[in-house]
Amino acid sequence: MQFQFDSLTAFLYMDGHGIFVWAAYGVTFAALAAVALYPRLQRRRLQRELERQRRIESRRRSVQASRARETEPA
Amino acid sequence: MAWQWFHRLGSPRWFYQKTSAWMPWLALASLLLIGAGSIWGLGFAPEDAKQGNSYRIIYIHVPAAFLALAGYYIMAISGAIGLIWKMKLSFVVMRAAATLGAVLTFIALFTGAVWGKPTWGTYWVWDARITSMLILFFLYIGVIALSHAFSREQVADKACALLALVGTVNIPIIYKSVDWWFTLHQPATIKFTQQSSIDPSMFYPLLTMIIGFYCLYAWTLIAHTREKILQREWRTSWVQQVMRGESLSEGKAG
Amino acid sequence: MSSPERTLIDYAPAARSVPGFLALLRSELLLVLRRSADIANPLLFFVTVLALLPLGVGPEPELLARLAPGMIWVVALLATLLSQESLFRSDFEDGSLEQLALTPQPLYFAVLAKVAVHWLVTGLPLALLSPLLAMMLNLPAAGYPALFLSLLLGTASLSLIGAVGAALTVALRRAGLLLALIVMPLYVPVLIFGTGAVQAALDGYAYGPQLAILAALLAGGTALAPLAAAGAIRISLDN
Repeated sequence: MQFQFDSLTAFLYMDGHGIFVWAAYGVTFAALAAVALYPRLQRRRLQRELERQRRIESRRRSVQASRARETEPA
Repeated sequence: MAWQWFHRLGSPRWFYQKTSAWMPWLALASLLLIGAGSIWGLGFAPEDAKQGNSYRIIYIHVPAAFLALAGYYIMAISGAIGLIWKMKLSFVVMRAAATLGAVLTFIALFTGAVWGKPTWGTYWVWDARITSMLILFFLYIGVIALSHAFSREQVADKACALLALVGTVNIPIIYKSVDWWFTLHQPATIKFTQQSSIDPSMFYPLLTMIIGFYCLYAWTLIAHTREKILQREWRTSWVQQVMRGESLSEGKAG
Repeated sequence: MSSPERTLIDYAPAARSVPGFLALLRSELLLVLRRSADIANPLLFFVTVLALLPLGVGPEPELLARLAPGMIWVVALLATLLSQESLFRSDFEDGSLEQLALTPQPLYFAVLAKVAVHWLVTGLPLALLSPLLAMMLNLPAAGYPALFLSLLLGTASLSLIGAVGAALTVALRRAGLLLALIVMPLYVPVLIFGTGAVQAALDGYAYGPQLAILAALLAGGTALAPLAAAGAIRISLDN
């Protein structure tokens, strides 16, 4: 088994077919990377959403607590 | 004993815990196999006698096409399991398989088109296989579009499962009819990957890539499923634990 | 006390549904015939779009003749698709679909009745109109019988397949495009064998095999599509 091309340039050029081969490989790996990394993006979004929910929840609770204090007899 | 395992498999939390150990190994296997296979196919496999160097696209086109078709069956089977055993987790896998399958079909179509240009002179040739791939793409897009159309997740799950099953029954019919249609209009069929004898020096890198793609598919499917589980079960305490970064103890199956 | 005589109903409980099926068929037909616009629209679409074809590609007779089988079939397909959306829609909206789902009769027969009526008012007229359109597009005489028969069998399959899509999308608003997207890939085999039959007839070959395959697709569709549609209706009613 030996390397089929004489030089790096020949490897990239591939007797004129280089642009097709590299475009195909490039788009393929880009698409695969995108779909493989998408869960990370989802995780971050979920994280932010949970943060938001927690903030809303704590704000609601503090409003309720202050209202309870107001109606409490002194 | 097997039933116990099967029913525990239906628990999202159990699935999440158990797959945590597998993920790094699947990722490693995928990277190694695809990396080695690509370098082998691009640089070390010999040039094709008729097509020159453009045939090297085979090393990504064929694995993508295999998985695009296999992925549809995985999606349909998950849907069927979800419908029959009412397993939420199965539906989540189905949804993940839909997205993944659509991407792989797109890759197969794109690489097929790009391959076609130096080989036959045009980017798009209505041959049997590429036309069937296009129809498969529409089948995937239909399932994905349907999943977004419903307001309630459970109804969307069931509707998509039904559509996936209807598609499964039709895929062999569609493939056969497109095959027949093509032979009708083009007497000389060009079968570049159905060579009865592919040289071993070209076959082994292809096999490496196919296995690598399968590993990557498994890893990505599980990764997507895990994320969707977290999204769907976000109210449970074990998900809150995970989001805080704590590791899960061996608790009850959620 | 005991009735020793066994009747047909005892051997085939589903036969109990036959009188009900025929009654349903008749009431559906009457309902649809009242809404004449529903019948006319697909046919008008069929004729007008095919009249646009020469305007689009030029009036050259040979070109039109080459395009005719495919074009007539594709436009017939689109016309069927157009009218598919309303198959279950009005019943869903006024609640009678839910009533149908609750009856002890299997939903299969109700779906089959609706699809049969849909074909009678859409597919059958399309097939009957096709010789006229074929003449306008210069289709050689050899193709006429094949065109008529393939459309007759094919549009029935199209109605059945479309019913599954209609059932899946009945609970959604503005589902027309989604319905088309879902159903298109499933239509492909019917289209291929339909046009294949006409092409074979034009080339001088026997077109019996293609018609046989269309009939087989119809048989399979009649058995399975209403089942899938019934399942989809139950899923949609849950929404």
